[in-house]
Amino acid sequence: MASNPMTQFNVHRIGPEIKIGTFDISFTNASLFMIISSVAILIIFNLGSKKNSLIPNKIQLLAELSYTFVSKMISDTAGLKAKPYFAFIFSLFMFVLFCNMFGMIPYTFTVTSHIIVTFVLAAFIFIGVTIIGFMKHGFGYLKLFVPSGVPAVLLPLIVVIEIISYLSRPISLSVRLFANMMAGHTMMKVFGGFVISLGIVGGWLPLSFSVALTGLEILVAFLQAYVFAILTCIYLNDALNLHH
Amino acid sequence: MEAFAAESGGMPQLNPEFWISQIFWLTLTFGILYIILSKLILPKISDNLESRKSQILENIEAAEKQRENSEEKLKEYEEIVSKSKMEAKNIFNQAREKALKDISAKKEVLDKQIDEEISKAEQEIKELQSGAAEKINKIAIETSSELIQKLIGAEVNNSSISAIVDDLSKRSGDKYYGN
Repeated sequence: MASNPMTQFNVHRIGPEIKIGTFDISFTNASLFMIISSVAILIIFNLGSKKNSLIPNKIQLLAELSYTFVSKMISDTAGLKAKPYFAFIFSLFMFVLFCNMFGMIPYTFTVTSHIIVTFVLAAFIFIGVTIIGFMKHGFGYLKLFVPSGVPAVLLPLIVVIEIISYLSRPISLSVRLFANMMAGHTMMKVFGGFVISLGIVGGWLPLSFSVALTGLEILVAFLQAYVFAILTCIYLNDALNLHH
Repeated sequence: MEAFAAESGGMPQLNPEFWISQIFWLTLTFGILYIILSKLILPKISDNLESRKSQILENIEAAEKQRENSEEKLKEYEEIVSKSKMEAKNIFNQAREKALKDISAKKEVLDKQIDEEISKAEQEIKELQSGAAEKINKIAIETSSELIQKLIGAEVNNSSISAIVDDLSKRSGDKYYGN
């Protein structure tokens, strides 16, 4: 079992089976790491916002730098109109980032390596953005599918492509995060397995690979959270500002 | 079902057994996270940032004000310095003028005194000059009469001697006096 690199993604029940109607909502290791990530975020940002000193201490600086980082990201990509959605994008970024980062610790479970989790997030964003777009612009939001300056002959084709690309947004968004996390963790597991199987003689090469991969995966964990958040901002920008 | 992934060798992610559970717990945890962050924590951080910003701005303003104040003070100080410099110059000039005036006044007085004394001396010299010829004549007459008396033992009339002396002095007077 341990040699199978996919077993790390197994979800298993912790504690008793909980059922609402026919739905199984048992507490699992995935639930555990969702809670751990959320609690970690809340602890860090609660500590970081407790005291209001003119010269911030380290944890306050961390909280404030994250705040300004996300708020700058939103205002750069979606403008000032996106300010009401700041809290959501901040939570999203932090949640994905912490889930990714907790997954880097050995023997932990990576919440974001499951397509269902990333897809629910992406679908929620997709539906929310679409609702915001229709609320702001009414049926004028459909102009998003009709780019300006396109010859009339090409227009039907372009509109079809635009609609497909719009509808595939939640899929691309969720698959990007899930596939990155899964591939990275699988690779690390595979190289880790090589270290064991090649032993003291040949194990050094895969071990050095593993070390390098760990650094790369930490980068990827941050980068994918960032990409997830910034793509959300871009989608939000389409819905709020509608200039194609 | 738990051994599904290991048995089939596929991806556990595609096993729908715990999908509902994951969706439920994701919604729950993320929902609570969002609510706490948006209602409690983020406003506090935003307040902290705002208050720091405003405090820094206030401090900058205060610093600016103090700088202006100090500049004003410096200007005042410079004015005072230049004023007192001017005063000192004035006083110096006045003193110089006064000293010059005094000197010239004293000089004038001294000049006048000197002129007077010179003219007095000149007059004395003139008087002496004019009196000298007569005195010489007199001395000449007296000495000649005494000489004659001693030489010839006879008394000669003074008037005749004076006539001779006069005649002689007139003849040789040009030699001595240039008259």
